[in-house]
Amino acid sequence: MDAFEEEHMIKARVTVTLKNGVLDPQGKAIEGALGSLGFDGVGHVRQGKVFDLELQTADKAKAEAELKDMCEKLLANTVIENYTIALA
Amino acid sequence: MKSAVVQLPGLNRDRDMIAALTKIGGKPPVTVWQTETEIPAGVDLIVIPGGFSYGDYLRCGAIAARMPIMQAIKARAEAGVKVLGVCNGFQILLEAGMLPGALMRNASLKFVCKEIRLEVVNAETAFSRAYAKGQILRCPVAHHDGNYFADAETMARIEGNGQVVFRYAEGTNPNGSMNDIAGVINEKGNVLGMMPHPENLIEAAHGGADGRGLFASALDVIAA
Repeated sequence: MDAFEEEHMIKARVTVTLKNGVLDPQGKAIEGALGSLGFDGVGHVRQGKVFDLELQTADKAKAEAELKDMCEKLLANTVIENYTIALA
Repeated sequence: MKSAVVQLPGLNRDRDMIAALTKIGGKPPVTVWQTETEIPAGVDLIVIPGGFSYGDYLRCGAIAARMPIMQAIKARAEAGVKVLGVCNGFQILLEAGMLPGALMRNASLKFVCKEIRLEVVNAETAFSRAYAKGQILRCPVAHHDGNYFADAETMARIEGNGQVVFRYAEGTNPNGSMNDIAGVINEKGNVLGMMPHPENLIEAAHGGADGRGLFASALDVIAA
């Protein structure tokens, strides 16, 4: 990647987490494993997913709109998951 | 009646489904590949079988639900054609937004492969009319993500509308599903998704035939 491309690229991080009230069996198991490793005082553990994306644009507003669309259409299942978008 | 079986990379129960539809319906279904954009004319029943489409990447059924064939299936479902999704097929229908709710990782975190008991909750659907309300069926399950979830409002609506067609009979819920839900139909009554595999209990060689009624109902070949 050359300097021009670097300048015209936006890096973004999308974080997908389970909505409140949705049972998270994997989070529960992780919580139990932390306890058995001796980490005391760990409250609830909820697990989720992180996506790092590179977009070929310099337009931040356009990138955000596109990322929102990606989340709604594929990256998150909005029946059970929330998402947040952060641009680097 | 003409049926179709959808094929996608990673779905592996298609041959069992083709065998069940052929043996019970009297003629083989057509098969449609994921990149096709049309369902052949005259198809009255579209079946999405089980398996592990796209390796269960992202979420079970998530990638498959965005393939071109799904637009064609949605259009046909809106026109009233029957659609059945079993196991991964159920997950795909949920991801495609064609059924309410979601399927989460099993509460035990383990893959379950065993026989359970299914209670027929609604025997008035196009898929369950060969059974009697309250009838208990034997049926195999094999899945890792079959833990049905819906928010309180959705749950009240589907329970109130009679959209819960099958429940795991008392004491046999293998995955932690809310309200023991094993199979859900859409409001219109032509799209059914279920985790258990009725196609694997249709003849003596399977050790039982409790699954036949579902195909006999959907294929309109209920014995008099």
